[in-house]
Amino acid sequence: MAATQITDNDTTPEPVDSAAEAADRQVQAADAIEEPQSFPVTVIVRRYDPEIDDEPRWVDYDVQMFATERILDALHRIKWEQDPSLAFRRSCAHGVCGSDAMRINGKNRLACKALVKDFDTSKPIYVEAIKGLPLEKDLIVDMEPFFDSFREIQPFLQATGKPEKERHQTIAQRERFDDTTKCILCAACTTSCPVFWTDGQYFGPAAIVNAHRFIFDSRDEASQVRLDILNDREGVWRCRTTFNCTDACPRGIQVTKAIAEVKQAMMTGVKL
Amino acid sequence: MADQSSVTDGIHYHQHDVVIVGAGGAGMRAAIESAPKASTAVITKLYPTRSHTGAAQGGMAAALANVEEDSNEWHTYDTVKGGDYLTDQDSAEILTREAIDAVYDLENMGLPFNRTPEGKIDQRRFGGHTRDHGKAPVRRACYAADRTGHMILQTLYQNCVKHGVQFFNEFYVLDLVMAEIDGVKRVSGVVAYELATGEIHVFQGKSVIFATGGFGKIYKTTSNAHTLTGDGVGIVWRKGLPLEDMEFYQFHPTGLAGLGILLTEGARGEGAILRNASGERFMERYAPTIKDLAPRDIVARSMVQEVLDGRGAGPHKDYVYLDCTHLGAEVLETKLPDITEFARTYLGVDPVTERVPVYPTAHYAMGGIPTNNDAEVLADNETVVPGLYAAGECACVSVHGANRLGTNSLLDINVFGKRAGNNAVAYAQTADFVDLPADAADGVVKLLAQLREGTGTENVAEIRKALQETMDRNAQVFRTDETLQTALADIAVLRTRYPNVRIHDRGRRFNTDLLEAVELGFLLDLAEIVVVSAINRKESRGAHMRDDYPTRDDENYMQHTMAYRTAGDIGLPQEIRLDWKPVRFTHYEPQERKY
Repeated sequence: MAATQITDNDTTPEPVDSAAEAADRQVQAADAIEEPQSFPVTVIVRRYDPEIDDEPRWVDYDVQMFATERILDALHRIKWEQDPSLAFRRSCAHGVCGSDAMRINGKNRLACKALVKDFDTSKPIYVEAIKGLPLEKDLIVDMEPFFDSFREIQPFLQATGKPEKERHQTIAQRERFDDTTKCILCAACTTSCPVFWTDGQYFGPAAIVNAHRFIFDSRDEASQVRLDILNDREGVWRCRTTFNCTDACPRGIQVTKAIAEVKQAMMTGVKL
Repeated sequence: MADQSSVTDGIHYHQHDVVIVGAGGAGMRAAIESAPKASTAVITKLYPTRSHTGAAQGGMAAALANVEEDSNEWHTYDTVKGGDYLTDQDSAEILTREAIDAVYDLENMGLPFNRTPEGKIDQRRFGGHTRDHGKAPVRRACYAADRTGHMILQTLYQNCVKHGVQFFNEFYVLDLVMAEIDGVKRVSGVVAYELATGEIHVFQGKSVIFATGGFGKIYKTTSNAHTLTGDGVGIVWRKGLPLEDMEFYQFHPTGLAGLGILLTEGARGEGAILRNASGERFMERYAPTIKDLAPRDIVARSMVQEVLDGRGAGPHKDYVYLDCTHLGAEVLETKLPDITEFARTYLGVDPVTERVPVYPTAHYAMGGIPTNNDAEVLADNETVVPGLYAAGECACVSVHGANRLGTNSLLDINVFGKRAGNNAVAYAQTADFVDLPADAADGVVKLLAQLREGTGTENVAEIRKALQETMDRNAQVFRTDETLQTALADIAVLRTRYPNVRIHDRGRRFNTDLLEAVELGFLLDLAEIVVVSAINRKESRGAHMRDDYPTRDDENYMQHTMAYRTAGDIGLPQEIRLDWKPVRFTHYEPQERKY
């Protein structure tokens, strides 16, 4: 598929005709290129089974990969062809369910959105569980503390009265909190946060993102309640704006900006 | 409403009025009705927010008429015609009538729909949804960018948090417990395996709702998650209850070529066009009136036909293009941001400037556990199993007939999830618990022990791969008796290999090796039923296109397939008996299906 990659930066929306030409070029380019080849990749996984191991250990695996494949594919190849005992969570495999957040070469990613071609495969790729939550087995951590923080910020619309149809909201009001509605609760942000690592009491970025989603929703009437919750000693003020969370977010949410907006709302009130 | 639980002989026992299996859209919609009124437990294989409802993109149909004239009667007509007249028409009427409140319910719960300039819920076009009985596409799909399913799943989970719904996360239900009282089979509870510990839990419930989703993993190229292995459908099947219309499996036209990742039909709703290698808008030849917005079965067939006729694109001429380039960057970034990113990430193709290679991908089971309009599970064509309910993709009402329209599944889970929840509570308020048999957990204990302690040499992943490959080749968009018989023979061989699978992880904690072996058993069962049902239907209708019987045969086949398991332990050949069930008609006479 990489063969079909053609960049065409000089045009904005193209009329159909030139798009047809572009498609022809795609075909020609594809015809000229040989079949993609697989190549060996070393993946080093931090394994831990508390029934067997006293402490985690790094284990090397060599797998044949194509450039366009995902790290999740590499983990599956290990599990299905070499060592079926390897344990990890996954479901949708295309970045929307949030099951497979893990630390890959030191950075939190979804294994299903990290492609082999994004890595220097002349060196091993290191995969380990996300940090700051209790390690259960291999790449699986206990997610309950993470969801506890989420539940604590009252993550549901609070509005009085039962309208006959829909509550109205302008396009601009809807846009105000669009970014934070994208959250899939994968925990990549929270478990990339140095404050969270050292202080498990901190709500963490994901909980604040989800509070933001309601604080800035024009239909909601409980913004102050959530601001009060987050004004706690373990709330937003613990954020040191290191931007790890924004870098880690697989949905591209401007997490640090959302946290800053919540801080701002505490000082000057919610501006919708 | 705390969980009442105890431990006997190492097995945990719980008791709840309502036990819901599955925490996708249908399960959580049911829980929102049931939890405030009765002790409710939701038992789910995945954390609720991981469920595959979250992968749905384009929208949820309801004739709100927010942006143009519409009526739920038009919606009913489209649903019936879209289902190639196999849709039960009274069920479709309920679906489309209750659609409107279902959307308002979600908005009132907080769902951030896209808005019109007046601040109402915005609506977009979708395949097969038309104005006035087929005259032109209509804007009926309520949407939140191209992550409508994500927003539904989040909103329902948020409201479950609000209502304090009790979840048992990563508990894998493996058996349904029934007891016969006065000659009537009644539901008593379910048995689950706790992934974290390997322990067995029995949940006794007055009513039980199955909302376990689909089984796309019988195929290799699929939009479905790895976890969609049809466990719930398989459990019900193994209890001797029938499955309906299993031969009708939907292939979504626009999967990313080679990968199967879904690109929403909403892209075509916003104006995207399918083109073959020479750039021709080929849907004009197959569906002259609504073209690219024809229903999925027709579009998928047309795409495959283009490839078969040598007009496919790419080095192997094995896909076609989805052309979004004329939509402009703004429409793509604001209304279709996720699929734009999927194409960029997984194919390295930018839909703003390039055509995206696409090909049909296994997507949705129209068939499943037969229910009536109250979501009650049926033991035959009419007899209800007291206390047992099913909703969502695992169920077959049938509102989708032989081919589901896009945006009708997000609708289905909300309408029939709500009905299941309400009816399960009403039943639990009048019924008593049915005593658990002393050996309630024995079946699961035995199944797991057999697998865990097996000394065979077969590999789970190899058998699964062989199954998926034969299904991809032989039970596809186009099928014949010959291809289906090949699939059946392949499955028979795989079934004999399955009892010899070896589990390498002998541990208790998070034993996903064991879990995958159990899932494979369900996949083998279900794939066989799909194929056997497909062999038996010697006509072409909706998603079931038989090259050897290319026309619809209303005289002989205007009826639902009902498959019954008559014998067959794990690993042994299944004996499947097929029967028929009449389609329910109201106003719509079967007509030739043209678009």
